[in-house]
Amino acid sequence: MSSRLSGNEAVAYAMKQINPDVFGAFPITPSTDIPEYFAGFAANGEVNTEFVTVESEHSSMSVCIAAQAAGARAISATSSCGLALMYELLYVAASCRLPITLACVNRALSGPININADHSDSMGARDSGWIQIYAENNQEAYDNFIQAMPIGETTSVRLPVMSCMDGFITSHAVENIELLETETVRKFIGEYNPEHYLLKKENPLAVGPYDVSPYYMEHKVQEAEAMKAAKARILEVAAAFEKISGRRYGLFEEYRMEDAELAIVLIGSTAGTAKAAVDRLREHGVKAGLVKIRVFRPFPGEELARALSRTRAVAVMDKSEGFSANGGPVFAETRSALYDLKERPYLINIVYGLGGRDVKVEDIEKVFARLADIATTGATGPLYVHMGHRSKEETV
Amino acid sequence: MVNHDLVEIRWHGRGGQGAKSACLLLADAAGMQGKFVQGFPEYGPERMGAPITAYNRISEKRCNIHSNIYYPDYVAVVDETLLDSIDVTAGLKTGGAIIINTPGSPQEIRPRLRGWEGTVCTIDARRISEGTLGKNLPNTPMLAAVVKVSGVLETERLLMDIEASFKHKFATKPQVIQGNMEALKKSLEEVQVG
Repeated sequence: MSSRLSGNEAVAYAMKQINPDVFGAFPITPSTDIPEYFAGFAANGEVNTEFVTVESEHSSMSVCIAAQAAGARAISATSSCGLALMYELLYVAASCRLPITLACVNRALSGPININADHSDSMGARDSGWIQIYAENNQEAYDNFIQAMPIGETTSVRLPVMSCMDGFITSHAVENIELLETETVRKFIGEYNPEHYLLKKENPLAVGPYDVSPYYMEHKVQEAEAMKAAKARILEVAAAFEKISGRRYGLFEEYRMEDAELAIVLIGSTAGTAKAAVDRLREHGVKAGLVKIRVFRPFPGEELARALSRTRAVAVMDKSEGFSANGGPVFAETRSALYDLKERPYLINIVYGLGGRDVKVEDIEKVFARLADIATTGATGPLYVHMGHRSKEETV
Repeated sequence: MVNHDLVEIRWHGRGGQGAKSACLLLADAAGMQGKFVQGFPEYGPERMGAPITAYNRISEKRCNIHSNIYYPDYVAVVDETLLDSIDVTAGLKTGGAIIINTPGSPQEIRPRLRGWEGTVCTIDARRISEGTLGKNLPNTPMLAAVVKVSGVLETERLLMDIEASFKHKFATKPQVIQGNMEALKKSLEEVQVG
């Protein structure tokens, strides 16, 4: 079914089609539309969901944890400081192996306080044990949310999934979208029948007790193994999703990478703008390409190294400042992934788009111009720079 | 001439006047006519009365660009008082046009447009909405004026689609539907091009 929806409307609609057992709800810009629309579905009897309104995000995630531990399917939505307030519980959810699904509408963290898009919120939670999947537009936000439960709930994985999209740029932009039939979505998601849960009378279970040193590490290793196993499961679910939708997903998307010599690696809505830049440059004979990372956790290191192995110069673009003084998180992962290649491309890091700073096609073209220089001269210049901020010097 | 493969429109309004709603309604109406659309507001710490900007891209193929619009084909100004504080014609393409909500004529308004030499269109959206809806809700008449001037959509089809959409949305308030439809029709007739 063809429609026109904003990213938030699309995700709320996916949630309605899924009809989960529990929604732990607390509003925060720019994700507020999601619980708002869903509250309407619940009030109108269009879903059977227990819509639990609470006093903070710490509590909304606690509701999800309790519900999922009891054997229910729980969801939530949040952004920015809301995700930060959930921080303690994110680790609890993942380590209790509770496959909760969270819509994260990416927004800059305070301070200074700012409501616009960047990835500092979810990047801060990258080591919490959650699977992270990022969308470029409303269609991907919808599709990714529908794929989240079959990924997280499978026995080999049993991890929570964060389905991310860029605040405002995606969440508040109305664009064309293809929606699946509700029956198709429900069949795809299936019933949630966990093997073990708190209220199972044949085998009642304690969830989240103190873990002593002789056991703690074993549990962490199992959690790490589950994250590794998630990669194969994500691809399986993507293949099944293609059958019902005709839309293909992977760990990342390669755009005009077949013979690309210069490439950009990034996450989220800027990928669309970068595709337009690649198209323009290709018209002028520049062998430009783009890798859009969809799955950041688990990180597709080996696959990414293969995709970049034949390029000459690569710019990894981070929409968050990690304050590592050594580049942003996407750069750190990508650079590490390329270490084992015999012949590596030149690699630079560009931090961009913080707090909603806009990125134009021309900005991306400038990045490619710098890559062309690097490929010719072999001089990378500064390894880690910021793009688009006010500066007396050229920033890229 | 404007290239109809991709038409870009920038809206200037004040928080609470419905510039964002008009922008989203245009996206929906264009979608109903089989176009690929984007309708998106530029958000900040907005509040009632503060200047806001919203954007439309209407295209024959899906447009992947997700930046703001810096070189629009058309600019719509929902509040005339913005002309004094905002450079509304910034980046406006030479062959494009600006559409302003004002009781004035294009000739009267032109001197306030900082040297803009292209097409100027005016529509008294306030009077139309007060006459048809009983309130100053300029967004529907502005939407009609933008569609008429840009030629980006078929106007007959627009009226049919919006009526159908409003019948669904305002099923319990039929008087709103009639008022809005009248506002759209009046605006299509009255918009002045100069």
